[in-house]
Amino acid sequence: MNLNTQAIDVSKFIKKYQYPILQDWMQNLKAQSVRADPAGDEQLREHCNQFLDSLAEALRSGKANDITSESWDEVRNLLTEISQARAKYGYTPNETALFIFSLKQSLFTRMLTEFAQDAATLVSIMWMLSTLLDGLGLFTIEVFQKSRDQIILRQQQELLELSTPVVKLWKNILALPLIGTLDSDRTQIVMESLLQKIVDTGAEIAIIDITGVPTVDTLVAQHLLKTIAAARLMGADCIISGIRPQIAQTIVHLGVNLEDVITKATLADAFVVALERTGSSITNRPLA
Amino acid sequence: MISIAPKLGSPEFQTLPLKTDENVVALRKLVREQLVAINFSLVDQTKCVTAASELARNTLKYGGGGQVRFSVLAADGSLGLCLVFIDAGPGIKDVPQALTDGFTTQGGLGLGLGGARRLVDEFDIESEPGKGTTVRIVKWKK
Ligand SMILES: Nc1ncnc2c1ncn2[C@@H]1O[C@H](COP(=O)(O)OP(=O)(O)O)[C@@H](O)[C@H]1O
Ligand SMILES: [Mg+2]
Repeated sequence: MNLNTQAIDVSKFIKKYQYPILQDWMQNLKAQSVRADPAGDEQLREHCNQFLDSLAEALRSGKANDITSESWDEVRNLLTEISQARAKYGYTPNETALFIFSLKQSLFTRMLTEFAQDAATLVSIMWMLSTLLDGLGLFTIEVFQKSRDQIILRQQQELLELSTPVVKLWKNILALPLIGTLDSDRTQIVMESLLQKIVDTGAEIAIIDITGVPTVDTLVAQHLLKTIAAARLMGADCIISGIRPQIAQTIVHLGVNLEDVITKATLADAFVVALERTGSSITNRPLA
Repeated sequence: MISIAPKLGSPEFQTLPLKTDENVVALRKLVREQLVAINFSLVDQTKCVTAASELARNTLKYGGGGQVRFSVLAADGSLGLCLVFIDAGPGIKDVPQALTDGFTTQGGLGLGLGGARRLVDEFDIESEPGKGTTVRIVKWKK
């Protein structure tokens, strides 16, 4: 018996027992999963059923040894869709591969009875199917990994943009709360976006808050000083706020000269100074 | 290669590569964790992390990348962190000049070496043109 006819036999077998296999598989999946399917039970059943359909269809073509061939397009598309959804919902690679691996048990148990009379056939069919499902399982992991990588890349880019939140605090007053490590690319983008916003709004004062910056070394200081100088050329003054005591001491030891820069301990202090300088003020109104 | 290197023979030194910006970020985080673990004050943590950041950036920018070796030291009942920055780059022709505040060959602030020296308790630098640069620092717990 060659592989081709065996594949066709398995295809018939799946079609014949599709419903009980599906029930079994769903139960296994749920027993081994640590969370509910992202799209809900109905969707999971739908996916499983579609998978059995397309698996039977692909096997009917008799090409069980090459899942990259055309006959397996539909199976791969379906698995891709499922893996991507799982990557998006934060599944682990294990949980994702489980979709395929948990099918083995229900298929094999039923095969045992179906092909009980012929041990040689049984072994060779199980071997074929096992290899096949392993291949498909690895395929899901690969797709999953690729989707994760894409998600991470996108998030990194989003973060680059997100971390430049220049906000308008008041007429003529901008604030730039910096958070995280200021290294290379990001610092450049952040500083440029501040200068652009100064141009766009004609702001007189920009407050750069470094409360969320863990380390201020000479490179970070230089970026700050350059930005302040550029802002000044555009007619805006900068105030640096959020200099914690340990950062202040370190800056002094480094020898960085911030004497020409207005610095304040907190963003609130800086805001008060900025208001005064732009001719506004905050007063406490006596309660009536 | 450089004479302060033999002190590093002891096995408790760990090594980290310094080849990318990410490596520098990772080093700062690691130094911070080590210092927190041996209960350094917040000020001393910040000083030591900043010195490490300066020297790591130099290793990367001027030394063309290299490595850093670090270890917790114990002496006279006190604990300290030792960091050794090693590169096989072009070296520094005139070390005293490089240590002078404001001296820079590539448009920096020129405060990295001098600043790092002021931020730590021990600071040794060995450099040979064409061979490379090794800077060793120690910050002791007060
Ligand atoms: N590892 C090194 N290899 C070669 N040259 C170095 C190295 N570290 C520092 N230098 C030289 O010493 C100068 C001063 O360094 P530093 O004080 O950190 O200031 P900056 O980095 O701002 O130039 C550098 O401009 C560079 O010429
Ligand atoms: Mg430097």
